[in-house]
Amino acid sequence: MSASLVDISSVSHRFGQHPVLKDVSLKIEPGSYTILLGPSGSGKTTLLSILGGFVTPSEGKVFIRGEDCTAVPPAKRPTTTVFQDYALFPHMSVGANVGFGLRMQGVDAATRAARAREALALVGLATAFDKKPHQLSGGQRQRVALARALVIEPAVLLLDEPLGALDLKLRRQMQDELKAIQKRVGTAFIHVTHDQEEAMALADHCVVMNDGRIEDEGPPERVYARPATRFSATFMGESTILSGTVTEAKNETVTVATPPGAISLPGTSPVGAKIALAIRPEHLVLGATGGTIALGTATVSDVVFQGSFKRVLAASTQDPALQFIVKAPAAATVQPGDTIAVSCNAGDIILLTD
Amino acid sequence: MSTVNNSGRALPWALVTPALGWTLLFFVLPFIAMGFSSLTAHEGGGFTFANYSQFFTDPSYWRAMVNSLQVTAIVTVVSVLLAYPFAWILAEQVPERWQRLALMVAVLPFWTSYVVRSYSWLLVLAQNGVINRTLTGLGLTAEPLQLANTRFATVTGFVHFFVMLLTLTIFANLKQLSPSYRKAAADLGAGPVRTFLHVVLPLTLPGIMVGAFLTFVLCIGDYITPQILGGNNELLMPQLVMMQIGRRGDFPLASALSIILMAVVTVAYLACARWLKIERA
Amino acid sequence: MRQIVRIASWIYAVTVYGFIFLPVIVLVLFSLQATSFPIPPFTGPSLRWYDAVLSDTRLTSALVNSLIVAILSSAAAVTLGFLSAWGFARFTLPSSALLRGLITLPLTVSYLIIGMGLLVLFNWAGLPKSLLAAGIGHVVINLPLCFAIIYSQMGDHQINIERAARDLGAPEWKVLLLITVPVMAPAIFASFFLSMTFSWDEFVISFLLTRFDTTLPVEIWNLLRSGLNPKTNAVGSLVFAVSIVLVVLFELTLLRRKPA
Repeated sequence: MSASLVDISSVSHRFGQHPVLKDVSLKIEPGSYTILLGPSGSGKTTLLSILGGFVTPSEGKVFIRGEDCTAVPPAKRPTTTVFQDYALFPHMSVGANVGFGLRMQGVDAATRAARAREALALVGLATAFDKKPHQLSGGQRQRVALARALVIEPAVLLLDEPLGALDLKLRRQMQDELKAIQKRVGTAFIHVTHDQEEAMALADHCVVMNDGRIEDEGPPERVYARPATRFSATFMGESTILSGTVTEAKNETVTVATPPGAISLPGTSPVGAKIALAIRPEHLVLGATGGTIALGTATVSDVVFQGSFKRVLAASTQDPALQFIVKAPAAATVQPGDTIAVSCNAGDIILLTD
Repeated sequence: MSTVNNSGRALPWALVTPALGWTLLFFVLPFIAMGFSSLTAHEGGGFTFANYSQFFTDPSYWRAMVNSLQVTAIVTVVSVLLAYPFAWILAEQVPERWQRLALMVAVLPFWTSYVVRSYSWLLVLAQNGVINRTLTGLGLTAEPLQLANTRFATVTGFVHFFVMLLTLTIFANLKQLSPSYRKAAADLGAGPVRTFLHVVLPLTLPGIMVGAFLTFVLCIGDYITPQILGGNNELLMPQLVMMQIGRRGDFPLASALSIILMAVVTVAYLACARWLKIERA
Repeated sequence: MRQIVRIASWIYAVTVYGFIFLPVIVLVLFSLQATSFPIPPFTGPSLRWYDAVLSDTRLTSALVNSLIVAILSSAAAVTLGFLSAWGFARFTLPSSALLRGLITLPLTVSYLIIGMGLLVLFNWAGLPKSLLAAGIGHVVINLPLCFAIIYSQMGDHQINIERAARDLGAPEWKVLLLITVPVMAPAIFASFFLSMTFSWDEFVISFLLTRFDTTLPVEIWNLLRSGLNPKTNAVGSLVFAVSIVLVVLFELTLLRRKPA
């Protein structure tokens, strides 16, 4: 796999005694949009800083385009970073900001201005060339930061929570534009966020991180539909988790003893193993005419109307510690206090091995 | 993660060494020199504690320290009491757009030199100065009052300076208070007086402490104001120090007295240390 | 009730303004006195005492000395303060808090004691009293001030701005000249002007550390020996005027500051 643009190989990092990254390996393909998704403290920002050259890892190596860049300073590596607070130079015009990287490369003023204008046009801010950063809105500053980083044509663009400072509406709008710009320029983007909706909307390749490790990686559709671990099943979208023990395993089918009863589903696992089953809210069915696998009955504790659906929380009668999270149709007539049958289909159950 | 860790160690040390070196060479080293000097006999050199024991045994030296502490305490209290209402009026009663100008004007004389400021008060308080001429002219007093060369004159000169300094610090403090505190207090049923006593005053107290400490340090170490306005009728510590150098060239005794003065300031600093922190924005 | 508070406030404020300005007004008014004593009644206006000041070479050379000492010592204090603030804000240094405390320590010590210490040190080292010695003392009192002002303005945002510049290929010296100094310019100017006013007005260190060539406050002190004199009023008014110019410049640099 020497074709990988970025190859992070067994990277570990500590701040003082505190380990923040534990043996992380990751490959990034040219032209891809990679999202590093995780809660704060998961190590995702440290990993980005290591890629950008702001932090040298305690152990492991980083290869970019096949070259060992582990200890190469930020300026000398083919990456550029878009900072969370944009870090625009407040005393320079937008044009001078965007042209700064070219100026450092010794490009003459006329070429610089022309290319800065092109980059600004690319992000839809052609008219802002002579303005000062403080005259722009948050969304516009974000675009200037993007143009400033893209104009020097990096092999990899690193974005640190780029939409974190924007309000929700602007965030969704900028999200679409980011994706469009990335497709147009073809540069590989690596983008850090804790927002799973942002991750699903943008990523070609989604990397779920927790506690300094990569929990799961792959296309967002796969990560959502078939999460590899309990953490990614609950962090990337919600899930109902059933804990159980394997009682029988043959012919690619396992039978698992769970609080609501025995469940048979496709999969392999040794008899006696403790495993977890995850079910997405939209795959749980309330009422008598449900799926093929009965999950007992449950007492509804909360119903929240969400517009196109109702989010229902219900505690299992068989095991009150088991909480069902159900996405019910908007027209469903459930009330808190109701006791109701819960079921699902075998194919929608996700087998988690940890 | 606010700092860069990928550069060599040479650059950061090259940046901070000049300032540290300057401080060590011209601030710490002089202190050490002063310490040695204070333990040396003025006549003939040699190690001695005589300079310190002289301070603790000679009542006239003691008297200077007591005077200094008394004057400083009076000045600090009077200045805070005068400045707080003034700062409050500037921050609360003056319309927003005039506040900056009002404050700037109020502290303009702050920027004249010590010498000129004290001299100006001498003009006002002298035997035939403005106040006495006015009083006798109006027939309020038959004889001119003895105003200059008194403790009253020293205190007036100091209070003049520190009212301006404290107005600056207290004003800044009042403006930093979020208006929400006052609104919240009013919303919960507190009247203006109770809002002030229970919310505004406690929240500005740390700022007042910083100002009061500054007043203490600057006041107890100032030579000019007591020398010009108080004269030699009662000596304060800085006058005593300068006297040893000026008349007798007695550096060891002057050093010992400076170190004792410094020790008093340090005790005051430790007492208010937790309110006096320089923070990075 | 509200009306009473307003009226009381007005009376109080006018009284305090009166107290603050009384000596300054008396100083300036009697600097224009036509006769030889700066006491009532007022006999002016006349500029004869300003003439006397400007033709007194001791005073004019002291004024020039004061300006030179103020400019050079402030430039030195700002340079040292800026470099150290940059170093401490950007890099993790061992026992950083302790070293920062050391640099700001002189703020809590009386000028008299700083001057005394330098006098004893220079006396031992055999350094003669001079304007240079006084200038060194002025750097000691102003360095912690410049450091504290500039350091307090170097936030995480500024640090990211510099990182961005480095990331875009700027070598360290270009980061300093093109980014750090321009971004920090308001704090640098503010601390420079503040240092200027403190050095310009400083008395006791100059008094202890200079002999023949001296600064203006010391020369004014010498004038005071002749008692109340309109000439002292005139030179005091001039000193006041220069301080005001410095303060106004200081205010303007602060006001010019725009949000980033």
